[in-house]
Amino acid sequence: MRRKGVNYSKYGYIFTFPFVLAFLIFSLYPILYTAVIGFTDMQGLIPKPIHILDDPFANFKQLIFENPSFRKSLINTGWLWIVNFVPQILLALLLTAWFTNRRLNIKGQGIFKVLLYMPNIITASTIAVLFSTLFAYPMGPVNSLFQTLGWTDGPIFFLQDKTTARGIVAFIQFWMWYGNTMIILIAGVMGINPALFESAAIDGANGFQTFFRITLPSLRTILLFTLITSMIGGLTMFDIPQLFLAGGPDDSTLTTSMFIYGQAFKGSYMYNRAAAASMIMFLIAGVLSACVFYLMRDRDAGRLKKAEKKNRKAAQAATVQGGATYGKN
Amino acid sequence: MEKIKESGTATRKISKAIIYIVCISLALLSILPFWIMFVNATRSTPEIQSGISLLPSTHMMSNLRVLLDKSFDPLQGFMNSLIISSSATICTVYFSSLAAYGLVTYSWKLQKPFFTFILCVMMVPSQASAIGFYQFMYKLHWTNSFWPLILPAIAAPAVVFFMRQYLLATLSIEIVEASRVDGSGEFFTFNRIILPLMMPAVATQAIFAFVANWNNLFMPLILLTQKEKYTMPIMVSLLRGDIYKMEFGSIYMGLALTALPLFVVYFLLSRYIIAGVALGGVKE
Repeated sequence: MRRKGVNYSKYGYIFTFPFVLAFLIFSLYPILYTAVIGFTDMQGLIPKPIHILDDPFANFKQLIFENPSFRKSLINTGWLWIVNFVPQILLALLLTAWFTNRRLNIKGQGIFKVLLYMPNIITASTIAVLFSTLFAYPMGPVNSLFQTLGWTDGPIFFLQDKTTARGIVAFIQFWMWYGNTMIILIAGVMGINPALFESAAIDGANGFQTFFRITLPSLRTILLFTLITSMIGGLTMFDIPQLFLAGGPDDSTLTTSMFIYGQAFKGSYMYNRAAAASMIMFLIAGVLSACVFYLMRDRDAGRLKKAEKKNRKAAQAATVQGGATYGKN
Repeated sequence: MEKIKESGTATRKISKAIIYIVCISLALLSILPFWIMFVNATRSTPEIQSGISLLPSTHMMSNLRVLLDKSFDPLQGFMNSLIISSSATICTVYFSSLAAYGLVTYSWKLQKPFFTFILCVMMVPSQASAIGFYQFMYKLHWTNSFWPLILPAIAAPAVVFFMRQYLLATLSIEIVEASRVDGSGEFFTFNRIILPLMMPAVATQAIFAFVANWNNLFMPLILLTQKEKYTMPIMVSLLRGDIYKMEFGSIYMGLALTALPLFVVYFLLSRYIIAGVALGGVKE
């Protein structure tokens, strides 16, 4: 039944063609176009002929060296990401350790997962406006809660204070994402060879030892993956700070995405500066993606190498000890 | 010996109690803001101002009336979001499955480079190209059109990656060959035999693509300026404007209306969604 005459390889091109076409038109071209705009004098609502600037990098220089707002947006973005990610990963790890500990045997894990993940699925815009309403001044639910509990005497104007406002934005991000991270980590633990846990239990390891010596090292790749995807997500943070306080008070919650949006679409029409800022963001994301790429590609190769090494060692040991260690690995 | 065992179970009981308390508190923290939202949607503004309550009141209809009086049209927003999200979802899952199938089944010269390319562009954020995208669409006179929100969904690298992993694990080439022997064309094989086999993966990715499109704020905000084209997340941003300054009851009502469809979807599909999140993270 061999029909060598038919060559199917052209279908590889045909089936991937729609993807490639859409990518070229809607991703690649806009990115190149953005890059070009970054070097031009494109400004203003009414389209007019645009020119490459005499100093092509003027927009970039202006952003990096002379624009305090842009610098502030980068710092804010980094700050917001760190303050939401560190507690997020710690809590997710703690919950993962609890939920996967068979000796503890936590009941109702299904319902906990459903509830802790829930904020992640609700529209971020809705959550941002909801929180700004919850923290309303002088009478909002949070203020009345604090007064009922006797924590404060008078109403607090939460959203006036820079640190509090930033803290709330970071908290919302944390609250929306720790459930997601937890589920990913639990899935990662489920993927670890159960024999490892069994032998640890036989060797008398307690919960802490098992977690730090077996679970955590096995999760390394997944943790790195979570870290990098979260960094890229954090870099493009827009919905929550935009609708929570629109960057205020005093630009303390202004992120890079909001800076780009503000420069281009909120009355000043500085397309060139926004494009240059986009390119800087793109470069940062590119470096981060390169890390993901390296991580995902290297894993199989690394594993293969390790297995080879192990085999070689086992073979050596077998020849030295005359097969005494056979079957232990 | 007995004593040690007893103290062991006692400490375990205490730590278990602590764990349950922490987990229940976190669950309450997830529920409470939304609970307050739904409850306050039924309370009048003076009631909301006078303090917190966890029980609904009777002012739902008056809140709704105030909300709808001020040119807030949740039904229009819902329809716009539905059209964009479902079309984009169909584009994403169909063309991603097609590309993944092409990538796995056929051996062609650019097979490996194409996969490398997918890995490279998986993480590129859409914000990075937004300015060029907007200018491009402006020149095509496609601002205030749904096309620029739907057609880019055809190229979803992360979904192709996921589908490829799924096909590698499940597809046996014998099925393809058997259908070739039966004289079916390659497209027919894909549409009638492979796509149904991929349904579990397609369903998972469809849920996530739909939710991501539904919740998307950045692109619609840039592209859509006419009120009748607004999607749900843009309508939410209207609630922050001056027109509802003191009408807290109707603000909560508007928020509740925008969140309600997602709650319904989530509680119907939560099992699949949780499984999908877990699957997406492992990426083996």
